[in-house]
Amino acid sequence: MKLPVPALLVGALFLAAACAPQTSSNSASDKDDKSGTLRVWLFQEVGNDPKQKVVDSVVAAFEKAHTGTKVDVEYIPVDTRAQRVKAAFNDPASAPDVMEYGNTDTAGYVHDGGLLDVTKEFAAWPAAKDTDPTARQSVTVAGKVYGAPFYVGVRALYYRTDVFRELGLKPPTTMAGLASTARKIRAAKPDLYGLVVGGAYTYGAMPFIWADGGELATAEGGSYTSAIDSAAAQKGIKAYTSLFGDDNCPAAKCAGFGGNDTVTAFAAGKAGMAIGGDFSHAAVEAGSVKGKYAVVPLPGATAGSVAPAFAGGNNIGVLKSTTHRTLAVQLMEELTAKKTQAAMFDAMGFLPTFKDVRDQAAAKEPFVKPFVQTLAAGTKFVPASAGWSQIDSSLVLPTMFQEVISGKKSVGAASQEAAKKMDDAFGSAG
Amino acid sequence: MTPTGVGAAVRGRVRVRGGLSRSSPRPYGGAGWGPWLYLAPALVVLGGLLVYPIYQLGLISVFRYTQAQVSGGEPTAFVGLGNYSDVFSDDQFWSVLLATVGFAAACVVSTLAVGCALAVLLTRVRALPRLALMLAALGAWATPAVTGSTVWLFLFDPDFGPVNRLLGLGDHSWTYGRYSAFFLVLLEVVWCSFPFVMVTVYAGIRAVPAEVLEAAALDGASQWRIWRSVLAPMLRPILMVVTIQSVIWDFKIFTQIYVMTGGGGIAGQNLVLNVYAYQQAFASSQYGLGAAIGVVTLLVLLAVTLVYLRLLRRQGEEL
Repeated sequence: MKLPVPALLVGALFLAAACAPQTSSNSASDKDDKSGTLRVWLFQEVGNDPKQKVVDSVVAAFEKAHTGTKVDVEYIPVDTRAQRVKAAFNDPASAPDVMEYGNTDTAGYVHDGGLLDVTKEFAAWPAAKDTDPTARQSVTVAGKVYGAPFYVGVRALYYRTDVFRELGLKPPTTMAGLASTARKIRAAKPDLYGLVVGGAYTYGAMPFIWADGGELATAEGGSYTSAIDSAAAQKGIKAYTSLFGDDNCPAAKCAGFGGNDTVTAFAAGKAGMAIGGDFSHAAVEAGSVKGKYAVVPLPGATAGSVAPAFAGGNNIGVLKSTTHRTLAVQLMEELTAKKTQAAMFDAMGFLPTFKDVRDQAAAKEPFVKPFVQTLAAGTKFVPASAGWSQIDSSLVLPTMFQEVISGKKSVGAASQEAAKKMDDAFGSAG
Repeated sequence: MTPTGVGAAVRGRVRVRGGLSRSSPRPYGGAGWGPWLYLAPALVVLGGLLVYPIYQLGLISVFRYTQAQVSGGEPTAFVGLGNYSDVFSDDQFWSVLLATVGFAAACVVSTLAVGCALAVLLTRVRALPRLALMLAALGAWATPAVTGSTVWLFLFDPDFGPVNRLLGLGDHSWTYGRYSAFFLVLLEVVWCSFPFVMVTVYAGIRAVPAEVLEAAALDGASQWRIWRSVLAPMLRPILMVVTIQSVIWDFKIFTQIYVMTGGGGIAGQNLVLNVYAYQQAFASSQYGLGAAIGVVTLLVLLAVTLVYLRLLRRQGEEL
């Protein structure tokens, strides 16, 4: 019997597609051109003009110093950066040479094979010795450096000065005091949340876990094991989730809040206190509480201590596929140099990653003092594992908090389940 | 519409033609290629648009295929049914699948009920109200899902929403409880998908000969009776199409859940299969796992459709 044509066609298709899905040959390029065009991707910020001005002056100086070199800067939207970066990794021909990226993405991008190892160049860079230890940690994966820190962001406690004065309250100095102050505000002013919190606000909840000595995960020989179900971490989870209730922030509304929702509520004058970042300053200033608020570091477990904050921020790295290795690394260093970071602080309010530059900034602008204090007191970072991006995108921690808040599970059961999911992610991603 | 049926019909025709041109020197076997040649353009397009993507989906689902493999950071590894066993061993997958089936069923039933009722209404009202109803329905139909979801969410907002003020519910949160959140999404889904049912069924009713309806009315049948015994049987092919369409749409729902419940509700209580697949697989670039969930979705939908067609056929309807 003869084979019908369609069967042949389908068979040909199968053969043409070979036996495995496509992969890109994103191997490190051996080329190191000393002239030509460098492509740079930076994030498009809300109100990007001041940032662009600083970058333009850096680029002009760079082009002058390296004759025959052109720098092509593109500002990419933050919302769609994940797709853009994936596409860049898949197609080296259209990828940039230098790229800005969020510091929680470092390990994931390294795992994907997209970032260039610049350990040697970073060590030889004179400015590197003043880099903040947490900022350095945020570009380091398994002992190797994959970029230079661009700026850091930390969160602290915003509070309403007018409400505190009216009720005769003082800014809390311990975590327990924070909770009781929040309840006092809510009791006296039922239309306000005491401290506005969010069940999906992971980075706002982390200080509560860290304040009691808990950890998200512990590293051992380069691989991570979840510690979210340890006794200390459970205590922190309990402290955070107990803030959800009619006496502070009703679960029916607050369980679904993310970070932006809490800042919006505070800016609109609906909360006595909120946990916000230095990057939230502009949003709060634009709200109805302008001139009626102040910021202090988030208090820790004991009086006078500061709860360890999550050190967010962005880095600038070089892509593995670059054909201008030397130039690209030099441009990365110029874009994250002390001078650039100082200018960037003046332009955008981005906190510098160098301690000396940051202290100068704090002297100039009193607003950043509590954030600089928070950084000086010691900050923490998420596990430097590709598993973290998986944990983050599959909402493991928000689910855990929401299960406790809505009364579906006890702290123990919810944290044990989260720990199991985290370990699975660390195990599969390494 | 099975492939063998087509083949038999084609062979039949070929034989007839072969009989007529007996004097032609062309050998008999050559004639067998003729029909395929004519079908080839359509087959190539169908193969390219349908078979090849499904083939790729199946292929990816048996590999460990994440962003690291796509961009060449790690070699691609064959894992056999590993991705499928990951999916099936996850308790959450089964509860999400159950919720998806229940939610889709509720959406399909509500959409069909609202769509058919309004289609009948359309045939009973004057031109002006009919035009208004048509325009309103088309407006709902044309609204992008993200916009529609956001507007519905705002209508039911605990602090600023007009619905709570109208019903005097204070600051009741509609998205906190599992069923109330599903109910809210159901309302939006019905609102944006009933127009398709309504317009299609309305067109069907218009095509029913007026004498049949008149005869039924003369025989003293009530409105409900006319619908059940005259219209519905005559509209069966159309109802079948809209039902299958609705089943497929509502089973694959993503935007409404993603937007209205903030990516799956409190602690994931409002997850449906598509959002679950997005969260577990695509957001963290585990394309192999995502493809496995895709294949499972495809098989479930195929099974539902086949069972439905089978049921219809048993009732003696020609397709």
